[in-house]
Amino acid sequence: MNRYPLWKYLLILAALLAGLIYTLPNFYGESPAVQVSPLRVSLKADGALLERVEKILGAASIKPEVAALDGNSVKARFTDTDSQLKAKDILASQLGDDYMVALNLLSRSPQWLTGLGALPMYLGLDLRGGVHFLLQVDMRAALGKALESTTGDIRSALREQKIAYSGVSREGDMLLVKFRDAETRSKAEEEIKQRFNDYTLNAKEAGGEFLLQATLKPEAERRIQDSAVQQNLLTLRNRVNELGVAEPVIQQQGVDRVVVQLPGVQDTARAKDILGRTATLEVRMVDEEHQITQGAAAPFGTEMFKDREGNLLLVKKQVILTGERINDAQPGFDNRSNEPAVHINLDGVGARKFKEATRENVGKRMAIILFEKGKGEIVTAPVIREEIGGGRVQISGSMSTMEAQDTALLLRAGALAAPMEIIEERTVGPSLGADNIKRGFDSTKIGFIMVAVFMIVYYLIFGAISVLALGANLLLLVALLSMMQATLTLPGMAGIALTLGMAIDANVLINERIRDELRNGFTPQAAIHAGYDRAFGTILDSNVTTLIAGIALFMFGSGSIKGFAVVLCLGILTSMFSAVMVSRAIVNLMYGRKARLTSIAIG
Amino acid sequence: MELFRIKRDIPFMSYGRYTTTISLATFLLAVFFLATKGLNFGVDFTGGTVIEVHYAQPADLVKVREQLSAVDMSDALVQNFGSSHDVLIQVPIKQKQDLAGVKLSEHVMDGLRKHDTSVEIRRVEFVGPQVGNDLVENGSLALMLVSFGIVGYLWLRFEWKFGLSAIIANLHDVVIILGFFAFFQWEISLSVLAAMLAVLGYSVNESVVVFDRIRENFRTMRKAEVTEIIDNAITRTMSRTIITHGSTQMMVGAMLLFGGETLHYFAMALTIGIMFSIYSSVLVASPILMWLGVSREDFIKPKTEAEEVLP
Repeated sequence: MNRYPLWKYLLILAALLAGLIYTLPNFYGESPAVQVSPLRVSLKADGALLERVEKILGAASIKPEVAALDGNSVKARFTDTDSQLKAKDILASQLGDDYMVALNLLSRSPQWLTGLGALPMYLGLDLRGGVHFLLQVDMRAALGKALESTTGDIRSALREQKIAYSGVSREGDMLLVKFRDAETRSKAEEEIKQRFNDYTLNAKEAGGEFLLQATLKPEAERRIQDSAVQQNLLTLRNRVNELGVAEPVIQQQGVDRVVVQLPGVQDTARAKDILGRTATLEVRMVDEEHQITQGAAAPFGTEMFKDREGNLLLVKKQVILTGERINDAQPGFDNRSNEPAVHINLDGVGARKFKEATRENVGKRMAIILFEKGKGEIVTAPVIREEIGGGRVQISGSMSTMEAQDTALLLRAGALAAPMEIIEERTVGPSLGADNIKRGFDSTKIGFIMVAVFMIVYYLIFGAISVLALGANLLLLVALLSMMQATLTLPGMAGIALTLGMAIDANVLINERIRDELRNGFTPQAAIHAGYDRAFGTILDSNVTTLIAGIALFMFGSGSIKGFAVVLCLGILTSMFSAVMVSRAIVNLMYGRKARLTSIAIG
Repeated sequence: MELFRIKRDIPFMSYGRYTTTISLATFLLAVFFLATKGLNFGVDFTGGTVIEVHYAQPADLVKVREQLSAVDMSDALVQNFGSSHDVLIQVPIKQKQDLAGVKLSEHVMDGLRKHDTSVEIRRVEFVGPQVGNDLVENGSLALMLVSFGIVGYLWLRFEWKFGLSAIIANLHDVVIILGFFAFFQWEISLSVLAAMLAVLGYSVNESVVVFDRIRENFRTMRKAEVTEIIDNAITRTMSRTIITHGSTQMMVGAMLLFGGETLHYFAMALTIGIMFSIYSSVLVASPILMWLGVSREDFIKPKTEAEEVLP
């Protein structure tokens, strides 16, 4: 009765073998490495790049352990951090701006394991060190910006159709267009409805004026918010590339939040500085109709900004162009005055808008405003001499070479569609990370040894079998975590220890049952059979409840807690398999074939 | 080896009155401390900044405090963390905009570096107020989901009476853990919350094992009274209960002793939870089950014997 068919043994053997293979990479440890990845889409990491990297390293007589292509990057592994740092500096200076050269850690596991897709567990930031940021996107600002730019578009549309209006303004979430009579209004309504189908229109009369209220449709609102987050994600990716981080994680979380994780980054101040920059660029017209009165509020429809010298300027609220339309920005010099300048290249839409604006406003001043942390500063406010087409714009004001470089970087790395604020930061230094690994590992090891000793003393042979099953459980759990590349955090390591402690419950239940049945006068074979059979229902029930807790934690937890939940859930599944199947297979192999079993060593 | 060789069933149910008094007393005490002392929520929930720094030589906390006051950070809480070289600095959320958020940690570090260049950042945690509120909300949602999930599952597997008494017993554990945290003013962090939810799932195991036996006994011990059935179930599972919890506690104990400061309160919450779940699943869940009027008919449908009329 205590025999498994052959296929069951084979299945268990296969599972354990797979477990062993996928656990192996964790034992080899990691070596310092340098990762080279192309920053432009047009460039690919290929054999040529690999050759180039090898050549550069060879010329500097730095010998990497391995240099290989991996996805869209070339990775070179070194024996020590000294040659790693040297290699990074040389590669960064030789490869130029088109490639990102970042420090990384690479597994030392042999090629055949990597070929099987067997990688070491993916360590979370609290174990490897690094920075975690949670940023919140200001959705109201994104909507406000869309509304502001629509006011301008409505104005030019009406002007184009020669429809007389007496004003377009934004009031909260609503746009108001004013007319003198109902007839022009209905004409305008048709026109606006046709061109701006993101808005619902509503005609109203108030104070002798004929009004048209335009509000964003909910789906348009959602789309604007969504694209704002997407644009910010893209911008953040570009900025992180400027930082040179090997495996950054940049993800949307929820509706309006973005998670940025930078493993291994130690200079957190610089990371924060570059990420936290909320610089956006706007091109607007200078208002020359009104006079600036010191201390008074800016007249309706205008805003007041300071320029670099601290002089106040009145600028219209209507935005001609935003930073999104910038394709490229490079520092350089003005060809006439030889002053430092930033050369900007606009995209198609931007170029057209810019051309229109400059054509209509020859002789007037245009202001280029850089917004940082909600405060705008006028970079330059040049007079428009002529229509500027082709999308090539040059900004030169009184700036230094350094400032030109910074501004260009900021513009190139992209502007944010909406301002963002860092609402959570978790930084773990590398020394703490290493300590955490050691502590997590130590407590699991010590706990395991204590449990093992106790089980063997208490249940003798059956205890030893339980410990083997527990070992199989640990093996399978680590293998699963490595296979799924789930993030292992410190609470996750605690989860491993905890699930091991809980997993032994199944074996205790089984062993106690077998003792019970022996006491009730069953023969050893029958007792084993009944023990496993009856205990199974209980084991299932008690694991399901813990699984419920694990799933809830996974659903509502964030970051390191999620790591704990993943381990808890996986641990329960592996423990069911190993405590019931693996231990039973060992018992069957040992006792199953003995026809006249008179006693078993179960204490 | 056998630690528990119990010949006769222990009449647990006849102790019902005492055990209920004890658990009611501990429960009320826990509620009392929760009400009077309140919980010491960590930075995860309240928002604020925590900075852990490491000095090459043992740190002088008085000096660190002075240095922080010098940079306008007198409201920072400074204490040793783990060893005399490590210092934990906690700063509540500032109202002042210019030092809000992420800039604060750099400001603090600049202030400390002026006096001792060996100071090294081990960890920085800044949590904005928005995040804290979300975590409280998500934590409560998770707690609710787990509670309902467990009741629902036990209802399906057994009977509603079992689900209800198990969840009462285990929520009683959670309140007691919280009571401990309130009494000692230990800090409640995210990982403590995770530990509490894990305990909730884990200690229900205990009730499940006992209930399983009770159900089995209803089938096998046909003549026995309900109290005898419950007593027998508890007595026969007691050995397993103590050994299992002992094993889990060995693991958790290793975490408590060797896991470092970060895992300390996580392991502490688990320890208290494990200790009390032994007690509550036996001496809280079972009496409640009895008072809810569990009976053989809940499992075995009485056969209705049809009377036959013979011609």
